[in-house]
Amino acid sequence: MSRKASGLKAWVLQRATAIYIGLFALYLLLVMLIAPPADYVAWRDWFATPLMGIATLVFVVSVLLHAWVGIRDVVIDYIWHTPARVTVLSLVALGLVACGLWASQSLILVRLV
Amino acid sequence: MTTTTRTRPVHLNLFKIRLPIGGIMSIIHRVTGVFMFLAIPFLIYCLDTSLISEQGYRDAIGMLHSPLGIILLFGLMWSLMHHLLAGIRYLLIDVDLGVEKEAARQSALLVTIAGPILGLLLTWGLL
Repeated sequence: MSRKASGLKAWVLQRATAIYIGLFALYLLLVMLIAPPADYVAWRDWFATPLMGIATLVFVVSVLLHAWVGIRDVVIDYIWHTPARVTVLSLVALGLVACGLWASQSLILVRLV
Repeated sequence: MTTTTRTRPVHLNLFKIRLPIGGIMSIIHRVTGVFMFLAIPFLIYCLDTSLISEQGYRDAIGMLHSPLGIILLFGLMWSLMHHLLAGIRYLLIDVDLGVEKEAARQSALLVTIAGPILGLLLTWGLL
């Protein structure tokens, strides 16, 4: 992200991801409240459908991007010591990437069963 | 630099500031965001475990129904609801809706109160 546009890009990214996260979270909650999958097979099959698989992957990526922008703001506000700030941000980025790959792995594996 | 600018507080001590309701809502928005960020690996662990095998699915449900699981679920649902409602409020303010002082205060109060109530209802509904 270029320095000049990073503020505006982050602002737009935070709102775009927020809208998708909000809608998908509401969908997940409504399904789990109204018609939750009855057993393991129903639960697995739900995530194994192509549309749900892709929608969930997009959700995961949206959450990670949204978390990155948010946590970056918090870290920049509270950690002023540059080496500490860079270290924490690097660990956050690494953690988010690892979480994204972990979730992707689960969602891809479930389609292979 | 003049005297006035130099005497302005630079390090804002959160314990000495009496925040208006909008500020309280805002700091909860931030705290809930950080809390949900920290919950990400646990949630992915639950998803992964529940999808991988029938035993894992039962284990995940068992974890969710343990005392700690219920407390965490409530914390997560409160966080999600507060963060979502406060986020919708920010988006509305972006498009100039509810910007006036009184309206903004009322919506901030509504968000702050609705968060734990919806969180409790969702926890009860999901378990």
